[in-house]
Amino acid sequence: MKLITAIIKPHQLEDVKVALEAYGVNGMTISEASGYGRQRGHSEVYRGAEYTVDFVPKVRLEVLVEDMDASSVVDVIVKSAQTGRIGDGKVWTVPVDDVARVRTGERGSDAL
Amino acid sequence: MTATMLSLASEGEPVIDYASTGFLIVCASLVLLMTTPALALFYGGMSRAKSVLNMMMMSFGAMGIVGILYVLFGYSMSFGPNDIGGIIANPFDKFGLKDTAGLINPFGYDGYGNIPELAFVGFQLTFAVITVALISGAIADRVKFSTWMVFSAIWVTLAYFPVAHMVWGGGLLSGSESGLSAKIFGSTDGVANVLPIDFAGGTVVHINAGMAGLVLALVIGKRLGFGQVAMRPHNVPLVMIGAGLLWFGWFGFNAGSELAPDGTAALVWINTTVATCAAMLGWLLVEKLRDGHATSIGAASGVVAGLVAITPACGALSPVGSIVLGVVAGGLSAMAVGLKFRFGFDDSLDVVGVHLVAGLWGTIGAGLLSTSTGLLYGGGIKQTVIQIVIALVAVIVSGVMTTAIALALKTTMGWRITEDAEVSGIDQREHAESAYDLNDRGGRIGSGILAGLTQRSAEPVTEGASA
Repeated sequence: MKLITAIIKPHQLEDVKVALEAYGVNGMTISEASGYGRQRGHSEVYRGAEYTVDFVPKVRLEVLVEDMDASSVVDVIVKSAQTGRIGDGKVWTVPVDDVARVRTGERGSDAL
Repeated sequence: MTATMLSLASEGEPVIDYASTGFLIVCASLVLLMTTPALALFYGGMSRAKSVLNMMMMSFGAMGIVGILYVLFGYSMSFGPNDIGGIIANPFDKFGLKDTAGLINPFGYDGYGNIPELAFVGFQLTFAVITVALISGAIADRVKFSTWMVFSAIWVTLAYFPVAHMVWGGGLLSGSESGLSAKIFGSTDGVANVLPIDFAGGTVVHINAGMAGLVLALVIGKRLGFGQVAMRPHNVPLVMIGAGLLWFGWFGFNAGSELAPDGTAALVWINTTVATCAAMLGWLLVEKLRDGHATSIGAASGVVAGLVAITPACGALSPVGSIVLGVVAGGLSAMAVGLKFRFGFDDSLDVVGVHLVAGLWGTIGAGLLSTSTGLLYGGGIKQTVIQIVIALVAVIVSGVMTTAIALALKTTMGWRITEDAEVSGIDQREHAESAYDLNDRGGRIGSGILAGLTQRSAEPVTEGASA
C-alpha cells in the first residue's frame, strides 16, 4: 500500500476530487496547509507598513491506495491540479506498512 | 458650544423645547455607539487574533468607569457653576447630578432651545467615554487590564474633565473674559474679541487623547518584536464595520454639539460628510502614489482622520472649505502613521498619526478656513493664532498630566503583562478567553460554577464539553 500526499492550490481541490472519484478512489483526507516553494509569497501593505507573507494557503490531500494504483493516481492528481502557473504544488508517494479500519478492525488492503 | 450654554432658562415659566430635547437624546445615543461597539470593532479588527478581546475590552472598560465617574463628579468638574482658576469647576457643586433636574438654555434666547440639563449631561458623558477609549489604541497587546481601568479613572479626572472645562465650561481656552483669547486680543462686554473655535472637541477629545496615546506608548514601551515581526490586522472587515459605525455615530457627535436641530446642525451634517469623503480619498491617493495600492485599512483610516479633523471645524466652515480640510487631513495622517517606525515608538494602532495629527490640523485649519474669521477668507491672522494657542495648551496639559499618571502607575501597579503572557496572547492570559474557536476540539469541564456538574456526569457524553 502507498500513501500519496499532494500539496495543491485550494482552488483546484474540487477538480482533483472529481477526477479521483472518476478513477475509483473512494476516500481521501484534506487539511489546510501553508507553504511556499519556487512561488515564494506575496507582500501586503497595512497603513504603509509592508509585510512579506511567505507562507501562502495550500490544501494537503492524502490518499491511501494499492501499490498497483499509485502511479496512476499520481497522474490523475497532477493532471487535475495543474494550472500551468507557478505554485501548483507537489505530489509524493511513500510506502505504508499497515492500515486498520477503526469501525470493523479490518486490516491491510481490506481496510482501504 | 459656548460658555453661555449653562445660563439658566429665562425668568417665569420656562417651556421645554421638545425638538431639541429629542434631538440631543438621540445624538447622545449615537455617540455612545461610537465607543461600543464602533471603536471596539475598529481597534479590535486591527489588532492580532490573540489580543482582539483585550482591545475591545479596553473600550468596554472605559465605558463602565467613565460613565459612572461622569455622573458622580465629572459633570460638576467640567460644567459646574464655580470655576477654579480657569482649570476646573468645583467637583462637589453638582456631585451625583445634584441640582440638575431643571431646564437650561444653551443659546440664551427666550422661549427657544430650553433643554433638560440631564439631556446635556448625558450627551457630554458620551464624549468623556470615547476620549478615554480612543487612547487604548496606542497600547495594544501588552497592558494589564487592571492598570488600564485605574488609568481610565485617573486620566479622565485629571486630564479630560479639566480640558473639557477649559474649552466648553468657560475656562482658560474658552471665549470667556478670563480666557487666554481675551487676554491676548482683548474682550468686549465679557466676551473675547476672538472666540476660539472648537465646535465638537478637536482639542478636548482628539488632541487630548492623541497626546495621551503618544505619552503612554513612550512610557509603556514597545510590544515584543515591534518592527521585526509582522503585526498585521487580523480582521479587516471588522475594521471596515467599525469605521462605518464611527462615521454614523459621529453625526451625533458633531451635529449634536449644536444642541438643537437647526440650520447649523444641518450645515454640520453636510460638512462632516464631505470632509470625511475627501479625507478617505486623500488617504487612498497618498497610498496609491507611495505604496502602489489603495487599501481597505487606508479607506477606513482616512474616514476616521476626516471625522477627527472636521470635529472642531464643522460649525465654522463652508462645505467646500470642509472638502479642503478633509483631503489635507487624509493625506497628512496617511504620511504621519509612518513616524512611529522612524522614531521607534509603538503607537500600535496609530492614535497619534490619526487623532493627534488630524486633531491638530482640524483645530488649526478651522482658523484658516472659517468663513467668518478665517485667514483664507480675509479674516486676518488672529483666529489662526488663537487656534494654535488652544491646540498647544491642550497638547501641554494632556502631555504633562498623562506623563505624571503613567509614571505613577508604572512604579505602583506596573503596566506590562509578563513577556510570557504577551507571547501566548493577552486574551488568554488576562481574560481567560480566546476570541475564535475555529477547530472545536472539545475540552474537559473544569472548576468554577461547573464543578458540581463534573461530579454528576460520570456517564460518557456524546457531544463536546459544551453540550
